[in-house]
Amino acid sequence: MRLRYPDTIRIIRVPCTGKVDLIHILRAFEKGADGVYVVGCMEGDCRFDNGNLRARKRVAQAQAILDKVGVGGERVKMFNLSSGEGPRFAEYAVEMTEKIEEMGPNPIKIAMQKAA
Amino acid sequence: MIVADKKPIEEIIDMVKGYQKILIAGCNECVTVCEAGGKKEVGVLASALRMYFMNEGKKIEVDEITLERQCDHEYLEEMRNSIDQYDAVVSLACGVGVQFMAEKYFGTPVYPGVNTCFMGVTEERGVWSERCQGCGQCILGKTAGICPISRCAKRLLNGPCGGSTQGKCEISKDLDCAWQLIIDRLKELDRLDEYEEIAPIKDWSTERAGGPRRVVREDVRQ
Ligand code: SF4
Ligand code: SF4
Repeated sequence: MRLRYPDTIRIIRVPCTGKVDLIHILRAFEKGADGVYVVGCMEGDCRFDNGNLRARKRVAQAQAILDKVGVGGERVKMFNLSSGEGPRFAEYAVEMTEKIEEMGPNPIKIAMQKAA
Repeated sequence: MIVADKKPIEEIIDMVKGYQKILIAGCNECVTVCEAGGKKEVGVLASALRMYFMNEGKKIEVDEITLERQCDHEYLEEMRNSIDQYDAVVSLACGVGVQFMAEKYFGTPVYPGVNTCFMGVTEERGVWSERCQGCGQCILGKTAGICPISRCAKRLLNGPCGGSTQGKCEISKDLDCAWQLIIDRLKELDRLDEYEEIAPIKDWSTERAGGPRRVVREDVRQ
């Protein structure tokens, strides 16, 4: 199955979304990422029981912090799908890209460019 | 352990916004376990502050360090050579650590990054509760290992009071009545006869009521 999804997305593979820590999400924004989304397995289907539930909490923590520092919590989102759902993976990529395009660039990136 | 809770980021921003170079100092012990002030929380706070100030167009440097403990000289001394580079420190240790840092580095402003709450346990991840108030005269031997000083809302020594209902305290239905717990456990241990003994008036001078406290042990002092 060859599916197209926006080429602005950089995929970082992790063994389980439970490996994604809050600091990883924040660092991405600090370095200028415009958005971050975490794609985990369906809730209840985690091979490690609750990796995706932990990821969901961390995404929520990141949203709260990004709102407070003026970056915007909506730039982070969690998605869930099962491993056979390639088309849905592509749909989520499009959805997230459209959302981020609507929000515009990460203000940190703009501030960094100004400061440089 | 000492249980602390995170301070809201906006409160921390408000404390440090006037400085140019800030150090966030975590502690590897109690506050790491209660997920309020360990290395991870240091990283998260530092990242959040950097983003906030960058977004505000302010050039503020935020560095990170996590010490083994902040309540002992030997670990705090690790900062001796670098402390002068900083205009201020935000300590994520408990209030004990914040104060010891401030005593040691007299010329550097030190701010608390957490709210220190109590001495307690991890009931489950994300839930901590109080177990001891350091009264200085432990009576757990008489109370089936359950502390009425910290767990009874009225600190009764001969409880329960009339507000105990179906095992719950009258101040909240989510709170177990400490005296119900004591009686249940004395029963379990087949020591209910001890419940009949009237506890004498407690000497509160060893508690905070007697003023700030010290323990001096000549047997180990150098
Ligand atoms: S400074 Fe506070 S949090 Fe750190 S080890 Fe000492 S008592 Fe525990
Ligand atoms: S009786 Fe005093 S020392 Fe013992 S657990 Fe209770 S408060 Fe702590």
